[in-house]
Amino acid sequence: MLASPLLAFQDVWKTYGRGEAKVHALAGVDLAIGKGEFVAIMGPSGSGKSTAMNIIGCLDTPTAGSYRFQGVDAGRLDRNRRAVLRNLYVGFVFQGYNLLARTTAAENVELPLIYRGVPARERRERAMAALADVGLAGREHHTPSELSGGQQQRVAIARAIVTRPSLLVADEPTGNLDTARSHEIMELLTGLNSELGLTVVMVTHEADIATYAQRTIRFLDGHVASDTSNLEMA
Amino acid sequence: MIWETVRLALRSVRRNVLRSFLTLLGIVIGVAAVIAMITIGSGTTEKVKTDISKLGSNLLVVRAARPDRSGSTSFTARQLDDKDVAGLAKGLDDAKAVSAAAQKTVRVVYGAENVAADVTGTDTEYFTARDWGVAEGRLFTESEVRSGTNVCVIGETVRQQFFGAGDPDGQSIRVNRMSCKVIGVLQTKGFSGFGQDQDNTVIMPLAAYQRRIAGDRDIDTIYVAARDGVATARVQENIETIMRETRRIAPDGEDNFSVRDMTQIADAMASATTTMTGMLGAVAGVSLLVGGIGIMNIMLVSVTERTREIGIRLAIGAHEKHILIQFLVEATVLSLFGGLIGIAFGLGLAAAASYSLSIPFAPSLAVVLLAVGFSALIGMVFGFFPALRGARLDPIDALRHE
Ligand SMILES: Nc1ncnc2c1ncn2[C@@H]1O[C@H](COP(=O)(O)OP(=O)(O)O)[C@@H](O)[C@H]1O
Ligand SMILES: [Mg+2]
Repeated sequence: MLASPLLAFQDVWKTYGRGEAKVHALAGVDLAIGKGEFVAIMGPSGSGKSTAMNIIGCLDTPTAGSYRFQGVDAGRLDRNRRAVLRNLYVGFVFQGYNLLARTTAAENVELPLIYRGVPARERRERAMAALADVGLAGREHHTPSELSGGQQQRVAIARAIVTRPSLLVADEPTGNLDTARSHEIMELLTGLNSELGLTVVMVTHEADIATYAQRTIRFLDGHVASDTSNLEMA
Repeated sequence: MIWETVRLALRSVRRNVLRSFLTLLGIVIGVAAVIAMITIGSGTTEKVKTDISKLGSNLLVVRAARPDRSGSTSFTARQLDDKDVAGLAKGLDDAKAVSAAAQKTVRVVYGAENVAADVTGTDTEYFTARDWGVAEGRLFTESEVRSGTNVCVIGETVRQQFFGAGDPDGQSIRVNRMSCKVIGVLQTKGFSGFGQDQDNTVIMPLAAYQRRIAGDRDIDTIYVAARDGVATARVQENIETIMRETRRIAPDGEDNFSVRDMTQIADAMASATTTMTGMLGAVAGVSLLVGGIGIMNIMLVSVTERTREIGIRLAIGAHEKHILIQFLVEATVLSLFGGLIGIAFGLGLAAAASYSLSIPFAPSLAVVLLAVGFSALIGMVFGFFPALRGARLDPIDALRHE
C-alpha cells in the first residue's frame, strides 16, 4: 500500500489482565501510516484508540504482533531505547495539555531539548522560535496558570514540535476546548502538517474536527472497523 | 544538564520551605551536634595544652598509684608521706622545687556568705613549682608552714564572693570549722581545660590543712619542678629511683606510685576528651539517621506528588537515569541545606560555649567540609530509593495519575 510507511502495525494485540478479567484492548490490528499523513482516529469509548496511540507514540509495546516505527521494531525495544526514540521522533499533545505547573512556557518548551543535551543558549532560541510558530510570541514567560486553555495547548504543541519530530501524536487535543479554540488548534496542526511535512495522528470524538485530517481510521472493540480517505470523499 | 537539575532542585526546595525545614530538622540537629561538639572539644584540648604549657613543661607530678583499671591486684597504692617528700627533696639534684600538697573541696564561710572551694594544704615551694604568686598581700612563710599557722591565701573568685571590692587582708574566714586569717590574694588563673575555676581556691600551710581539715597526714601530690634546661625524662627517672629506695621496693617489685610529666597528663586529658567526643558522636549519628529517614520520607512524598510531572518528562524522552538524577540531586540539595544550617547552628553553639567556658573558639575547616560531605552523602543514600521509585514509573500510568 505504502512504499515506506513511517509506522506499521502487524496483527497487533494488546491484552490487559488475565483469566476471566482478560481484556483485549487491541485484537489483531493491521495498519500503516505514511510520512506526511494527517490521520484522525475515531471510535467509541473503550474501543482501543488510546491504547493504539500509546503504541504509536512508543510509550507502550504490543502484547503480540509487531510495531515498526522509523524502520525499527519499536515493539521490542526496552524502556530507555523507546525514550530515545520518543525524544528524537515523537511529539505528544494531550487532552489535558500536561504542562509543568509553575514553569514558564519557554521552560516547558525547552524540556525535551534538555534531555537531548542541547546547550542552554540554543535551547532558549529554539523554544522561542517554536512558541512564535504557534502564535505565542510575547507569552514566553507566562506560566500555565496565566494562560488560557487554547494558549496552554499551543505551548504543548510548541513543546511537541521544538525537537522537529517526524510524528505528532495527539490524543483528543481539542477535548477540553470550546469550538472556536478547537478550530484554531486544528488550523495550527494542519499548517504544521502541510508546511513542515509533520505526520499527525490524532484521536477525536468530533466529526468536524476529524475533517481536518486526510484520513479517518475507526476503531471498534479493538479492531480497525474502517479506514477511509477524506480526500476521496470530498 | 547538572546545573539545570540543581536549579530545579533548589526551586522545589524553595516551594516547600516550611516542609523542607521540618524535614531537615534531624540533619540540622545531627550536624549541629557534631560541629559544636568537635569544635568545643578541640577548644578544650587547646586550652588544656596552653594551661599545661603555662604550668611549665618542666613540672612533674608524683601520686600514689591506684590499682590499674585492668583489675590487676598485684599491688596496692601506698599513700605519699613526709618520708617520700624528704627523700626527694634531699636526693634530687635537678629539682628547682619539691612541694607536697593535699587538696579537697570544702565549704568556706565568711559572714553570711558561703562557697564550696578547692582547699589546698601545701608548702612555699608549691608556688615556685606552679609558677604562681599573689596579686595582693603576701604568701605564707617557711616558718608558718613549719608551725602550721592558720593563715591562707585566697583565689580571685573567693575574694569576689566574700569581699567584693573590699579589702580581705587580715579578715578571718571559716574553712570547715577552722578559722583562718587571709594574708593574700592569688594571681588569677581562669578556667582550666575542663572548665574548672582555678581561682575558686583557698591555699594554706600543709600542717594546718592536715590537722584541721583532712584529719590525717596524707599527701595527695608531690610536685617536682625540674631545673631549667634539664630533661624531664631524666628527672622522672631519678624520682622513680629515689621513690623506690625510700619505699624499699624490691628490684622485681612494681611501683606503688606514679610519676608523670605534664605532656603525659595532657595526653591523658586529650584521650578523655576523645572518648567523650566519640560518645556524643554516636548520639549525633542516630540523629543523622533519623534525619536521613526524614529525607527519604519527604522524597517519597515529593515523588508521589509529582507523578504526573514524571510522566510528562518520561513521555517527552527522559531516561530513567534523568529522573533518578533529578530526585537524587533534589534530596542532596535538601540534605546539604540542612547540613549548612546545622553547621551554622553548631558553630554558633560552640562560640557561645567557648565564650562562657573561656576556652578558645577552635572551628576546623576540615570538620566543616566533612559535615558538608556527610550531609550530601546522607541525601544521596536516603534519596536513592525514592528517586529510583520515581524513575521506574510507567509513563502511561504516571500521566494518568491525578
Ligand atoms: N491499563 C489498563 N489496564 C486494564 N485495562 C485497560 C488499561 N488500559 C485500557 N484498558 C482497557 O482497554 C480497553 C481500551 O481502552 P482505551 O484504549 O483507553 O480506549 P479508548 O481510548 O478508545 O477509550 C478498555 O476496555 C479499557 O478498559
Ligand atoms: Mg481514550
